Amino acid sequence: MTYPFSAIVGQDTMKNALLMAAIDPTIGGVLIFGDRGTGKSTAVRALASLLPKMDVVDGCPYGRAPESDKLGQNGSKSKVNTRKAPVPVVDLPLGATEDRVVGALNIERALSHGEKSFEPGLLAKANRGFLYIDEVNLLEDHLVDVLLDVAASGVNVVEREGLSLSHPARFVLVGSGNPEEGELRPQLLDRFGLSVDVETPKDLKSRIEVVKRRDAYEQDQEAFIASYKRKDGAVRKKVLDGRKLLESIVVPDAVLEAASSLCMQLGTDGLRGELTLMRTARALAALKGDQVVTEEHLREIAPSALSHRLRRNPMDDTRAVVRVERVLQEQLAAA
Amino acid sequence: MQEDTPTLEQPEPWEDCLLAARLLAINPNGLKGLIVKAKAGPVRDVFLSYFQGLLKKDVPFRKMPANITDDRLIGGVDLAETLYLGKPVLRHGLMSEVNGGVLVIPMAERLSLDAASRLSTALDFGKIAIERDGISSTSHSRFAVLALDEGDGADEALLPSLTDRLGLQIDLEHFSIRDVYETMDGWEELEEAKNLLPKVQLADEFIETFNVLALKFGIFSLRAVSLAMQAARAHAALNERLSIVEEDILVAMRLVLLHRALIIPLDEMPEAEVDEREPQTPEDSCDEASDDGKVSELSERVLEAVEAQLPADLLALLANSVNQRRSGAGGRTGEHSVSFERGRPLASRRGDLRAGRRLDVLSTIRAAAPWQRVRKQERERPDTDTINLDVRRDDFHVARYKEKAETATIFAVDASGSTAASRLGEAKGAVELLLSESYARRDHVALVSFRGQAAELLLSPTRSLVRAKKALAALPGGGGTPLASALQTSMAMVEDAERRGRTSTFVLLTDGSANITLDGQAGRTTAIEEAMMIAKQFGAMQTKTLVVDISKRQNTRAKEIANALQGLYVPLPHVNAQALSNVVRSFQ
Repeated sequence: MTYPFSAIVGQDTMKNALLMAAIDPTIGGVLIFGDRGTGKSTAVRALASLLPKMDVVDGCPYGRAPESDKLGQNGSKSKVNTRKAPVPVVDLPLGATEDRVVGALNIERALSHGEKSFEPGLLAKANRGFLYIDEVNLLEDHLVDVLLDVAASGVNVVEREGLSLSHPARFVLVGSGNPEEGELRPQLLDRFGLSVDVETPKDLKSRIEVVKRRDAYEQDQEAFIASYKRKDGAVRKKVLDGRKLLESIVVPDAVLEAASSLCMQLGTDGLRGELTLMRTARALAALKGDQVVTEEHLREIAPSALSHRLRRNPMDDTRAVVRVERVLQEQLAAA
Repeated sequence: MQEDTPTLEQPEPWEDCLLAARLLAINPNGLKGLIVKAKAGPVRDVFLSYFQGLLKKDVPFRKMPANITDDRLIGGVDLAETLYLGKPVLRHGLMSEVNGGVLVIPMAERLSLDAASRLSTALDFGKIAIERDGISSTSHSRFAVLALDEGDGADEALLPSLTDRLGLQIDLEHFSIRDVYETMDGWEELEEAKNLLPKVQLADEFIETFNVLALKFGIFSLRAVSLAMQAARAHAALNERLSIVEEDILVAMRLVLLHRALIIPLDEMPEAEVDEREPQTPEDSCDEASDDGKVSELSERVLEAVEAQLPADLLALLANSVNQRRSGAGGRTGEHSVSFERGRPLASRRGDLRAGRRLDVLSTIRAAAPWQRVRKQERERPDTDTINLDVRRDDFHVARYKEKAETATIFAVDASGSTAASRLGEAKGAVELLLSESYARRDHVALVSFRGQAAELLLSPTRSLVRAKKALAALPGGGGTPLASALQTSMAMVEDAERRGRTSTFVLLTDGSANITLDGQAGRTTAIEEAMMIAKQFGAMQTKTLVVDISKRQNTRAKEIANALQGLYVPLPHVNAQALSNVVRSFQ
């Protein structure tokens, strides 16, 4: 009974970031920073029920897709049973222990049957979906390290308790937090593809709308969800169409150049920024149903894709987003 | 004008507190909780027993100890059952056990950030997920919180994540035991109201009124607005009404919104700030915005009534606390209560259970598991004995943690007139550089500035660069040099840090020319004497200390202070942010 995605008032930057990640998971994770009560966790959970169901191999603990299934080896193209499953959005609760995240020896099986079997953890559950960490800045460092490593490689390698195995764990990492409650290490920030700031709407109209919808939802959840079914359906279609479109989208050389020079001027380290910039611009074009990536797309997503990668300049108090926008202005004016 | 305002008696203060208790008892799921500002004492006891009397006998009413561990709060592995059955068995935590009831948190202001965020999750979703020690489960966890805030002054405050979520707040501090009385209300009298609650209607115009009011009081959290609406609903139900009237709004204002106010819209009532950004409201919401005039009239009327109801001294009090809150607008996130003491768990090792060691049950079972068949065969009568799980001493695994030593760097920056303004800027720059590095290393940083009458703690130990920058930007310069006061403040902070198990480094930036005494008077001789005296005491603590002499012409004063502090002395006549940062870094 989650709050419908399309019933979230405003917060377009956040919603688009999540949708773009749903269209192209290779963008990397999404980091959502902002005040309390801005619907960060609501949006992520709502996304889950919005996304179309996917085909998975029946009985596979990792939710593998039928076409990638390697279980039917030996050349025999035996038929695999598949079923439809919702896209997993796995919540990493605070206080989770490493054995539940990574997976561990299944004790019960070990004791009752004397066999060594693997009890998959949350990383396995999140395969092909989203892994959501609320208050990512409160997560213990050793867990963060594991998560980032797996998120980057898409494979969870388990070497513990005499178990030695690896399984697919491709997921979009979504983290949320409040910067005033402790910050993230810069190394960690850089690993997220997109970073968006959300704030409580300050104009009366939106505020009333937010409260009204929340109230209606709490009074009668089923009716409320039903009333947004069509709008949610429209968003779902956008994601589906976007995925189909993604491969065929053209990125002109001029846009590539603009992206490179933008990164150069901002002094973002490494290629990661540039890569994310391109992928995100393409995902945005897909989301909007455009065939060609334009500088307009670039301009729209540059703050989310780059602001968290800027070197902190202690002497410059300007918010990172503003700095990105400033350079954008200069660059596009010159062009 | 007067006849427009609802005719209401001035609320009797104690009665108002009891009303808050009744509202929470009627609508615990909507209001989420009550913050009671009060020290332990008879007044608080009277209130608590009254509140408990409003709950049915079978409603869980549990206390949460401040030092609660995660496995007790969230739930974890049940040691005895797990060993007996040989499979992980969940033992529910406090948050599940209190489902449907009330969780009392004494000394709520000391709550750690971690515990608060766990509570927040349960408050938001009504259930908690447990992913611990081989157990994966979800359990219902819907409860109301009674947070007993015993905080003293602005330094100890409830975490914002909780103040935002808990609906009601009352203050029992100014009641004496003579003011309070017990009433005979019991839970039976609230049953009717509880039944009515789901049926109470809240007209759209009131939703608008609540929003307008919140904005006028500078309250931006939308949660606050929803909570106020819940309070109004509960109050209507209490008075056996099925729709909201103005009186309900007034009560909600008093008990939910007023203590969150950042602005007091007294005489001139500014238009509610309407953002210039285009409203993102979708088309289906345009219908009610048409008759603006009528609605805002209602809000105005309620606002007047609110003012009329408030005693003058309460307003003054409020204005005062508003100012305090604004000055500390960096958001006191209870950095003092952040617990980072949890070490990084290392792999458990085989080992004996000696005092102070914790058995890692799961690792122990995992170690024992492969041997069960063999051991069964070894036993004399394997088929008849009752041993389910044969654990031997060799299997014992002991949990180990790698403790990460936390460090805190305390900067004391001389911002007096004798340190010229330009140098102050350089000092700020250096401190910022150091701050950003400390932050990358996840160290805590605190900042004391001293000028004029006394030293001031600008920033209590924090890891938030955002807050640190705000504090630095606001650092003014000029005035006398209260060095003794600065040393005293810093020493207290070092002591505090050590109590929390952090190692501290003290960095003092000064020219050493103390001329303000501890009691804020001018007087060079006494000031220097006092500074030397405190420096010696401080020095005895063996804190790692660095004194950076930023005087233009070198003199012996700063050097003497450095000696007394048993610290390193570095003259940096031409302060340069980068150079200073290098010095401190190499020192650390």
